[in-house]
Amino acid sequence: MTAVSDPQSVAALVAEANDNRVNLDFETEGMTLNMGPQHPATHGTLRIIARLDGEQVISAEPMCGYMHRGYEKLTEVRTYPQINALINRIDWLGSFANEVPFILAAEKLMDVEAPPRAQWIRTILFEMSRVANISLFLGDFGLQLGGMTAGFYAFRDREWVLNQIESATGGRFHPNFDRIGGLKDDLPKGWIEESHTAMDKLLAFCDEMEDLLVGNEIFQGRTRGIGVIPAEIALSYGLSGANLRASGVDWDLRRDNCPPGLVYDQADWKVWTHPDGDCFARTWVRLQETREAAKIVKQLLDTIPSGPVMAKVPRIIKVPAGEAYVATENPLGEMGYYVVSKGDLVPFRVKIRSASFNNISVLPWVARGAYVPDLISILGSLYFILGDIDR
Amino acid sequence: MTLLLASFAPPYWLSTLIKVLVISAVVPTTALILGMVFLFKIMSWMQSRLGPQEAGPRGTLQLLADGVKFLQKEDIAPNGADLWVFKVAPLVVLMSTLVLYVTLPASMHLVVADLDVGVFFVLAVASLSVIGVLMAGWSSASKYSLMGALRAAGQLIAYELPMVLAVIGVVIQAGTMSLNGIVLAQNNGSIFGWSGIGFPYILTQFLGFFIFIAAVQAELTQPPFDMPVAESEIVSGYQVEYTGFRFLIFFLAEFATAFVFAGIAAVLFLGGWAVPWLPTESDWYYVLGPIVLFAKVMIVSFIIFWVRFTYPRFREDQLQSLAWKVLIPLALVNIVVTAVLKVVL
Repeated sequence: MTAVSDPQSVAALVAEANDNRVNLDFETEGMTLNMGPQHPATHGTLRIIARLDGEQVISAEPMCGYMHRGYEKLTEVRTYPQINALINRIDWLGSFANEVPFILAAEKLMDVEAPPRAQWIRTILFEMSRVANISLFLGDFGLQLGGMTAGFYAFRDREWVLNQIESATGGRFHPNFDRIGGLKDDLPKGWIEESHTAMDKLLAFCDEMEDLLVGNEIFQGRTRGIGVIPAEIALSYGLSGANLRASGVDWDLRRDNCPPGLVYDQADWKVWTHPDGDCFARTWVRLQETREAAKIVKQLLDTIPSGPVMAKVPRIIKVPAGEAYVATENPLGEMGYYVVSKGDLVPFRVKIRSASFNNISVLPWVARGAYVPDLISILGSLYFILGDIDR
Repeated sequence: MTLLLASFAPPYWLSTLIKVLVISAVVPTTALILGMVFLFKIMSWMQSRLGPQEAGPRGTLQLLADGVKFLQKEDIAPNGADLWVFKVAPLVVLMSTLVLYVTLPASMHLVVADLDVGVFFVLAVASLSVIGVLMAGWSSASKYSLMGALRAAGQLIAYELPMVLAVIGVVIQAGTMSLNGIVLAQNNGSIFGWSGIGFPYILTQFLGFFIFIAAVQAELTQPPFDMPVAESEIVSGYQVEYTGFRFLIFFLAEFATAFVFAGIAAVLFLGGWAVPWLPTESDWYYVLGPIVLFAKVMIVSFIIFWVRFTYPRFREDQLQSLAWKVLIPLALVNIVVTAVLKVVL
């Protein structure tokens, strides 16, 4: 035991001891609540060990790994086109967006560039998968707060985007459409007009959600001032995406550090931030982001250049030795692939940086002192996909 | 037919038997009707989906199929449960619903017991179900159940008082606590001498109606006040450990209570079983009374379920502040204004 000589410290210790003695008399036993791995609010298999005092959360610790599928190891025994099919499953709601950073990293190593038309379509599909992902968030968050109808509206209107993705790529959930050097196919006939209609529907859906959910007093009461993450905390925990922008940090990889191969500079759009950092801010930023994504798609649809969709690449892809890291602004936040190649058919090592893993790491900090219902608001508004946490 | 019913005066044992049989048939039927019409069909339409389609014509028998499914399930009690309490709890909840039906008048004479203090009785026994909920939550030996039950108990303090205070306005205006008396007062009343539509109290007691419906939502543990069963937070709360027919009993009790509260709201605010164009003494009400009441119940139920499908959930402490800071002061103002106007006019 170390000696305490400073009288101020001694006084503080005495006061603390007295407090403890008083608290001992009134002490009620706490409760450990094991939320998950099967719990509706964790939408997947996240487990949260919450230590409760009544309904107040003293500490909450997320335990992940219940759905670990070992993707980083699996990539070491898959060829590059095969990996493309695999990593679709990381963030399963915005699948196409998973493929893009990996393909871009491989293209960077091979020094290939996709033709302009492919770049345009890539960006369009990327933003469409963002719309598909976040529109579901808007409904699902309502569902978690007890407003069931919003969830069904989200599932209904998300079909418009999924139908477009399906008709272009052949896959509703897992397109597997991106190729090193371009895309698998060109767009089908009439796709551009249909996409315009779909995006209009989604913009209307955003207005509907603003009416039904975001503008609702109960919703605001459940989210405003709840789970506040200040900017410096958000940065220090490595938050990204809308969670970071909702804390007032103006940071968007699409604008700030857009990798070559995506054409965000061709569209006129805005990065939305919110100063509050609470659950409402995160929802609001996502709502605006969905609108911006729909606008980007509509603008790019009008300016698609003609030409081929595939560059000249060898039939059997061998990536030259080297290392590359490419990160893009995915629906959930920064998603990056660090690809190390030794010049083989398969990569030597792939490190996947997925957004949800970092986003959920702030939970112990932000959940302290919240109530159990607030824990649900916080979990819902941090918006994680389990596949994105446990690769 | 109606005359035959009017002159029907059975001995005490027979009338008691008939009443028991009718109530035990009416309670599950009303639960089925509400569940089918609102939970399945109207909810589906509001959420732009089809709802049940396969069982029966347009899926109308879906709830029966679900009920049979529940009856087939094994009756499981968790390890560590307080068995006796665990098994009795759903029956306590159902009993409180059955007792509520006792005073609901379907016409002047189609009522199990026309109590002079019917309103008082209804408000008193309505909160009995919370005892069953507490029993279920405590005996389940589950943390989620316990939290749900304690939330239900905490909620009771918040909504019971506004509900009582909201009804007082009606009682003052009618000058009676008998539910039949309130129906008669409304249908034989007149608005400034014009008796075209009688005098349904919703015209003057709209504030009371609003508070009453809000309190009913909380009583039924429906959104926006469904914290005791919040499925995304505490996984259906006190019901989480129940399976089979015990769960079915909870379900029946919830919807039958929704029906009877809609009925009480119809009696208190909408004129109950009577229509103003037919004198309340008419023998036709033996047949018409239940139909009129049913129609009004469906209107009130629609409001209740409309709110249920639209709003997100409050937090427990937000309900408390809503009840104590908004609903109770509003109800008190309502009482004062009603009392003053009653004396002045």
